[in-house]
Amino acid sequence: MATGTNKGTPLVEMRDISIAFGGVQAVDHVTVDLYPGEVVGLLGHNGAGKSTLIKCLSGAYQQDSGEIFVNGEKATINNPRDARGYNIETIYQTLALADNLDAASNLFLGRELTTPFGFVDDSKMEAETRKIMGRLNSNFRKFNVPVSALSGGQRQSVAISRAVYFNARILIMDEPTAALGPQETQMVAELIDELKRQGLGIFLIDHDVHQVKRLCDRASVMKNGQLVGTVNVDDVTEDDLLAMIILGKKPEELAA
Amino acid sequence: MTDAATPSAPAQKKNIFSLLEIDTRLLGMIGAFAVLSIGFDLITDGRFLTPRNIFNLTIQTVSVAIMATGMVFIIVTRHIDLSVGSLLATCSAIMAMTQTVLTPDMLGLGLNHPLTAPIAIVIGLVAGTAIGAFHGWLVGYLTIPAFIVTLGGLLVWRNVAWYLTNGQTIGPLDETFLLFGGINGTLGVTWSWIVGIVATVIAIAALFNARRGKLAHDFPVKPLWAEAMLGTIIAVVILGFVALLNAYEVPTPRLERMFEARGEVMPEGYTAGYGVPYSVLILLVVAVVMTLIARRTRLGRYIFATGGNPDAAELSGINTRLLTVKVFAIMGALCAVSAVVASARLSFHSNDIGTLDELRVIAAAVIGGTALSGGIGTIHGAILGALIMQSLQSGMAMVGVDAPFQNIVVGAVLVFAVLVDIIYRRRTGAA
Repeated sequence: MATGTNKGTPLVEMRDISIAFGGVQAVDHVTVDLYPGEVVGLLGHNGAGKSTLIKCLSGAYQQDSGEIFVNGEKATINNPRDARGYNIETIYQTLALADNLDAASNLFLGRELTTPFGFVDDSKMEAETRKIMGRLNSNFRKFNVPVSALSGGQRQSVAISRAVYFNARILIMDEPTAALGPQETQMVAELIDELKRQGLGIFLIDHDVHQVKRLCDRASVMKNGQLVGTVNVDDVTEDDLLAMIILGKKPEELAA
Repeated sequence: MTDAATPSAPAQKKNIFSLLEIDTRLLGMIGAFAVLSIGFDLITDGRFLTPRNIFNLTIQTVSVAIMATGMVFIIVTRHIDLSVGSLLATCSAIMAMTQTVLTPDMLGLGLNHPLTAPIAIVIGLVAGTAIGAFHGWLVGYLTIPAFIVTLGGLLVWRNVAWYLTNGQTIGPLDETFLLFGGINGTLGVTWSWIVGIVATVIAIAALFNARRGKLAHDFPVKPLWAEAMLGTIIAVVILGFVALLNAYEVPTPRLERMFEARGEVMPEGYTAGYGVPYSVLILLVVAVVMTLIARRTRLGRYIFATGGNPDAAELSGINTRLLTVKVFAIMGALCAVSAVVASARLSFHSNDIGTLDELRVIAAAVIGGTALSGGIGTIHGAILGALIMQSLQSGMAMVGVDAPFQNIVVGAVLVFAVLVDIIYRRRTGAA
């Protein structure tokens, strides 16, 4: 397996993870890792198990077997709250925003700021939201409308700001650009580079090979719940990656 | 609005209502209510809009309105509760049995002991909350659809009430307990004014506070005149309502009897207004508390978030199962509060108390703008919805519409109101 240029303790190591639903082995003894300042792409067809695997890390699912290590220490993640305790933040494909609430309410959902009397402090939260949005997407103005009134890119920036605001160390992005136009995709790409520079580790789930080549350092490819392999994206071509996804074979196997 | 906030916003589209930040939908409901009231008043030659009728209308609305506030939370979280009428009956039966059997005989307190009413009410509240929480557990943890759980509950609790009382009408109830029924317990003129003035001061202070909070963070605020206008409207509504209830005078024979009971003679020309009934006060307290929960607490935020996107709520670390239990427990507690008001108004517990209330309560919430698809609804809307339903019903009774036609009209109005709501939402693009 390719180890890349990273040395030392991985930020996250998911070791030998398995999870089954009914009779279907959705994830079958998969091991992946992630180092600080690195973007690891998770590739595969729909139903390859990449989202399921990553949901074990974000706390939405629990693995049947296997272990997760964060900074080299064994981590117990039973629910999304646990995951947040390890500074793991997730940006879901479906964005996981409550459409009927405004940006600030969504950003702080589950972690509201409160006044000394225990009431939610909407003004404070809006002020904080304005601050973080000023950094991430300075064109953002719609603070007092439900997020259902926002464009795809604006919604994405709310989702990302949530992860950034709470000092994520490990960021999981599930097809962050799937619903976005070219300009907004560019914005997200720049943001990923910026977060990388700050030393975050990012798992990027995608099935756009081109995108993965551009944004990721390494790519782990899955097929039918199993890990095909992990490669340095600079060492392989887009065709190699496609072969891994479609045929389930690593480049050296193909060459042989 | 400051320039920074609306660089290119269509400023010309802002009318006076958006400037006041008054919901146009609420305005529409108030308009419908006004048309309805004035219409009935014209048909009945001015008998509809009298202090006496408004007083009666108010106390008739309270029971359904209290439950409707709870139904808002239920529907906002994408559930439904069909059992509220039956649950009200069970709570009413439990409280009736407590004050007619438990406290006088088993605890030996005798009839009309001052502790009877508090004991009965506490037991009723505990029972209502527990039953509601049980419903919530079945829905949230065992994942039985709320429709089924409460459809079962509709049958179960109606008949638990029957069983508890052997089908008998239980009465008369404790004298203190009866104070919560409406006309038998009012604040009187002076206290009504005091309550009205205090409420006005608090409301205006809240407005002022909200403005200060926004200014502290440099957020755009309404122009001062708009703020003042809003404050004036609030003051006029509250104090006008108090004045109306105060204007309903206690009939002279009744006053004479009250003086006789105290061994005094009524002075010539003495009059007294009823003022605000305790039951209405209870409704107002419930409304304020529920609004605070909805808008200013985490619980309320989670209720609306779960209604808007249950998956997002769960992924944000919200325990949606426990939330379901809490929402149904609140509904159960409010059914118990309504049971106090409803049985005290009748002055006895009857077997059919609260029959069809589930439909009135759901209708009130829905007419009040609660979306069955979840995530949207307001407490004040539901109360206004209850008031509109009750006005329609009693207005038609006053005009002399036959009973079957009354129900036909109410049913049709419910469907029509939802249609109007759908069209409104489509036009404004709000969900």
